[in-house]
Amino acid sequence: MMRVEFTVNGQQRSDDIEPRLLLVHYLRETCGLRAANVGCDTTSCGACTVLFNGSSVKSCTMLTVQAAGGEVTTAEGLAAPDGELHPVQRAFRQEHALQCGFCTPGMVMATVGLLAENPEPTEQQVREGLEGNLCRCTGYHNIVRAVLAAASEQASAAAGEQASAAAGEQASAAAGEQASVASAASAAGGRAGR
Amino acid sequence: MSILGTRVLRIEDPRFLTSGGVYTEDIVDDRLLGACHVFFVRSPIAHARIGGIDPSQAAAAPGVLAVFTAADLADLPDIGPMMPGLLNERMRRHLLAPDVVRHVGDPVAVVVTEEPYQGEDAVELVDVDYQPLPAVVDLAAAASDEVVLFEAAGTNVAASFGDPATLDEHLFDGCDAVVRHTIMNQRVAPAPMETRAGAAAWGHDGRLTAWIPNQGAQGTRASLASMLGLAPEQVRVITPDVGGAFGAKFGADPEHAVVAWVARQLGRPARWTETRYENLIAMTHGRAQQQTVTIGGSRDGTVQAYRLEILQDAGAYPRIGAILPFLTILMTPGPYALGKAEAIARTVVTTTTPLGAYRGAGRPEATAAVERAMDLFAAEIGMDPADVRRRNLLPPFTEPHRTAFGALYDSGDYAAALDKALAAADYAGLRKEQAGRRERGDAVQLGIGLSCYVEITGMGDGEESPPEENATVEVHPDGSATILTGTSPHGQGHATAWAMLASDRLGIPVDRITLSWGDTDLVPEGGGTGGSRSLQQGGMAVQQAADELIELARLRAAAALEASAADLVFDTGRSAFAVAGDPAAFVPLAQLAEAERLLVRTVFSAPGATFPFGTHVAVVEVDTETGKVTLRQMVTVDDAGFVLNPLLAEGQRHGGIAQGAAQALLEEFVYDAEGNPLTASLADYPFLSSTEVPSFSLVDMATPTSYNPMGVKGIGEAGTIGATPAVQNAVVDAVAHLGVRHIDMPASPQRVWRALQAAAGSGRSTPQASTAAGSGRSTSQASTAAGSGGSTPQASAARSEGA
Repeated sequence: MMRVEFTVNGQQRSDDIEPRLLLVHYLRETCGLRAANVGCDTTSCGACTVLFNGSSVKSCTMLTVQAAGGEVTTAEGLAAPDGELHPVQRAFRQEHALQCGFCTPGMVMATVGLLAENPEPTEQQVREGLEGNLCRCTGYHNIVRAVLAAASEQASAAAGEQASAAAGEQASAAAGEQASVASAASAAGGRAGR
Repeated sequence: MSILGTRVLRIEDPRFLTSGGVYTEDIVDDRLLGACHVFFVRSPIAHARIGGIDPSQAAAAPGVLAVFTAADLADLPDIGPMMPGLLNERMRRHLLAPDVVRHVGDPVAVVVTEEPYQGEDAVELVDVDYQPLPAVVDLAAAASDEVVLFEAAGTNVAASFGDPATLDEHLFDGCDAVVRHTIMNQRVAPAPMETRAGAAAWGHDGRLTAWIPNQGAQGTRASLASMLGLAPEQVRVITPDVGGAFGAKFGADPEHAVVAWVARQLGRPARWTETRYENLIAMTHGRAQQQTVTIGGSRDGTVQAYRLEILQDAGAYPRIGAILPFLTILMTPGPYALGKAEAIARTVVTTTTPLGAYRGAGRPEATAAVERAMDLFAAEIGMDPADVRRRNLLPPFTEPHRTAFGALYDSGDYAAALDKALAAADYAGLRKEQAGRRERGDAVQLGIGLSCYVEITGMGDGEESPPEENATVEVHPDGSATILTGTSPHGQGHATAWAMLASDRLGIPVDRITLSWGDTDLVPEGGGTGGSRSLQQGGMAVQQAADELIELARLRAAAALEASAADLVFDTGRSAFAVAGDPAAFVPLAQLAEAERLLVRTVFSAPGATFPFGTHVAVVEVDTETGKVTLRQMVTVDDAGFVLNPLLAEGQRHGGIAQGAAQALLEEFVYDAEGNPLTASLADYPFLSSTEVPSFSLVDMATPTSYNPMGVKGIGEAGTIGATPAVQNAVVDAVAHLGVRHIDMPASPQRVWRALQAAAGSGRSTPQASTAAGSGRSTSQASTAAGSGGSTPQASAARSEGA
């Protein structure tokens, strides 16, 4: 057994663990955070995806000890403390991007990681960015829409902050509209490129 | 405005998005405290006699509580095939193989440990002496009975549907052109994201509680009880959230019974979650049907005769997959008036993973066969595939139409679906683009594939065993409502859909309506979710229960308001009864539940199955230098009658289309000649990913059925039924001008490239005078075909004979 210390969903933790314990099993069994799921044995499906120091990782392919000293965020830690859904979670619901829900926590965390790297992806970039997260229910159609919608919402929120600082709320709505038009155009571009 | 038909967001989503679903492995329950963990020792050899099992090393490993083999389970009954009348009853199995293993993955022992990691270590230590027997993988080899899997049966034939001797040898007499081809509808893995799992605890009363991800708790309880030799009342099945099923989680599997047996034997609760490797070799597979189609007709495009001969792979033990040819045969003619048609099937066992249901279950196979045949025929006579289809589709009908195969199609307008799909895809424009690429000799060619389908949903015979489902609706004094259903959601969104149905009638907001299912103590009866039956039977039961509840409440309201029941109107806006003409005199529904429970249980019974239909258009690009196929566009018309919630219905279509396209382009579960699985991980099995499909274009069409008050049919399986042949046809179409007539699925780059090489090698530029080769029945005139648009559709008549 060995001791590891790190942060999980903002909480400082210190646990004695077996060196071979996978991060996903630590999160599920030791922390009781069971949103991340195990869907394969080969790092193929991404159902276990969490954020480690802000980047998405597959927690089935990381030893818990490797996370020592870092910050882990799971789907349970994504919504605001008052329960308000994260924009990505909201977009997944709005666009019906989940059915059975098994891939969902991993898919959501992968999306958060993807948008952190590329805030305004095209449809093709979304598809490539989520290639390592498998879903059997949705055919990916609505997941892609949700990711684009979340990106658009984040962009318009950012634009909105800037605009409202400069010119009040009217500009904000216009910027929001522009952002969603741009997003729709890039989505169409992605399709045509196939 | 009614909530019905609107895009209500799912009420189940916030939980899935934040804390995640509670799947079987996630269950935290007092009854499972101190549970031990069960691990299966599975055969690594396809076919072998078990010389002996030495568990001593495993038994001594850290944390191991026990190792059990078939000898320990001798008190349990052996298992015969379901539907004994249809399947060979001498093909029996045990929960753990006692003497012979018949596929890689066949369980021979279990190791039970304190902690999961200990079990993963200890299964490796069980020493099994396997004495290899010859594997039987090839279907023809299985049918030859040279090596027989079940000595007691004396044959590998598990079932026969129709007698080959009764086939009409003159079926194709008088046809101008006849094409015959053998097509493999390949084996695929359902691979739901959640693998199989189970948990079991025995109460002091000797009753078993089992948590199992399933598609219908009641059927699961029946099969679990039967495997354990118990009466159903002694078993309670609880259904946690289910991470996808696709037909493969109907009923209980032998592993679930073993887990329950272990829990009883050790006197403590037991849990099991399989690995993905186990899932891919031991959960039932789908499809695996070899089809020989023969199609003949006149040069004007009229199909005069069609024959479908099926050889179905059952895998090692006959399960549901063994009888699915029955459904394929039922749907043989699809949406067409085919003149004369006949179909027969035989099911054989092989030393491979058993076959079960997979999204569509028998119907995608029927559609694939007839749609491939339509294209083969179109190519043979040099006619546009859309024109050939239009010429042979049944005319629109509103009164039920009985086919020669006994199916009673309830309502349909197949040509309208075809026309809508062609218009939405700009079929003429696509053909123009294709012609341009062909003319230029582009390396990347365009293919357009069609599939017209009709399928059967909500199965059941109207007269003998009408399809039915129960529901209970209760309104509570706090104004909320609960629904119990015999259906069993696993991603479809029943909680939202059923709440919409009740809300529409009761005037209670959807987020105050809670749905329960899947606990056999709570809902002892029910048919579960499968065969796209939920809405048309389970949903209709909810609506009927809500209607009946209103009538029950009306009587109470009359007493409360001292008015005649006939003078009361139910105001959904207030969820209250009011006296007509005196809106101030009213009583809320909730108040009527105060003195006495306000609850109705009802059973909805349908006159029969319904038959959704549609047309899919697939557009692919094929790189003729590498054989790589890119799916560019999917346009689908899927008519399932009235749509309760477009958001949910579209989700079902998307998922099905993707799975259908996956079978056409990527997925195949492969064995080598010794029966070793070559695709037993998600690194090897080409599970569809987000980069391999485009976004889909869905076209609306709604032809109601008269079989239920809302006019709804099933939508869950339309995607896999329509998309697979459309995509496959598109791939062939892309290279048809180069002399290719058929490419088996999945259309991998290798297969496409080989087909191109074979076509080039056979001299495509000189149309051969086709004699419809081996069928020897008719002569199709090369000159006619060669004249049609400069292509050479006659080039491969010889190859079309079972290449």
